[in-house]
Amino acid sequence: MDHSTKTAEKPDAGRFAIRRARAGDIAAVIALDERVTGIAKPGYWSDVFERYGDRRPEERFFLVAESKAGRETRVVGYIVGEVRAWEFGSAPCGWVFAFSVDPDTRLQGIGERLLDAISKEFQGAGIRTMRTMVPRENSLHMAFFRSEGMMAGPYIQLEKDLD
Amino acid sequence: MKLQIASRLAVYALIELAADPERQLSVAEIGDRYGISAHHLAKVMSTLGRANLVRSVRGAGGGYKFCGNARRTTLLDVISMFENISESEPDTVGDRTEAGAAFRQVLDEIDDIARATLGSITIATMLKLIARRRQAGAQSAEAAEQFAAGIGV
Repeated sequence: MDHSTKTAEKPDAGRFAIRRARAGDIAAVIALDERVTGIAKPGYWSDVFERYGDRRPEERFFLVAESKAGRETRVVGYIVGEVRAWEFGSAPCGWVFAFSVDPDTRLQGIGERLLDAISKEFQGAGIRTMRTMVPRENSLHMAFFRSEGMMAGPYIQLEKDLD
Repeated sequence: MKLQIASRLAVYALIELAADPERQLSVAEIGDRYGISAHHLAKVMSTLGRANLVRSVRGAGGGYKFCGNARRTTLLDVISMFENISESEPDTVGDRTEAGAAFRQVLDEIDDIARATLGSITIATMLKLIARRRQAGAQSAEAAEQFAAGIGV
């Protein structure tokens, strides 16, 4: 099965490469997520990799950004998404449901490249709309997605406390 | 959410100036583009100057230049200089009733979303949005021309 991504494997100016996640990346993804959110979720990420790392790669995308310094490589960001169809009556669209960049390597265009890479994967799968959800108070992510051209979509998320 | 005119003028002026930080524009030039009085705009520019978002350039052909950080200045930052949109309206008629409190909850939800939206959109993002709209407009005009040519109009 061809798991190559349509994104160039070549590092940007010798510094970063975007590629499909491998099993060996998951510990770094878990550590990055824990560093950013303060919560370790090893079981969650193992499950995500099992479902999105290997299965149905034509419509499921788990990409990582890897920095390269000499022989040293390090995962400095990730993005995970998939094509979903007819949920909530929506025509097929690309959902991004996990995204993070190492705080030490932000403002270097890594997030932009990850989003651009998954956009190209969605486009390659025939998708013309990309969607995500951001906590209202997460102004960093909200501002990032806005700056990349994402706008409020046609759906409103609703919830209820179940006491 | 109803915004004061001053807030809108401030956003327009910052967009005009941030589009090219090297360019200086007079209050009259900005005012002409939006059909607004130079007098009203001058007060707004003065506030933006105190916030270090613009600086005045003296001398012949003087005016204002953008000197802020377009990637860090959000619409909420700008609007908050001219009006308080961080709090709910003070008690209004019926608020202390059950129906009033429930209605207030709904209105607060709308305001929360509006604030989150304004707080996430920077001047740089607005410039990108304008560029995308301009490009989309050019593409549809081109498509219309091709269509018209195709049917021999």
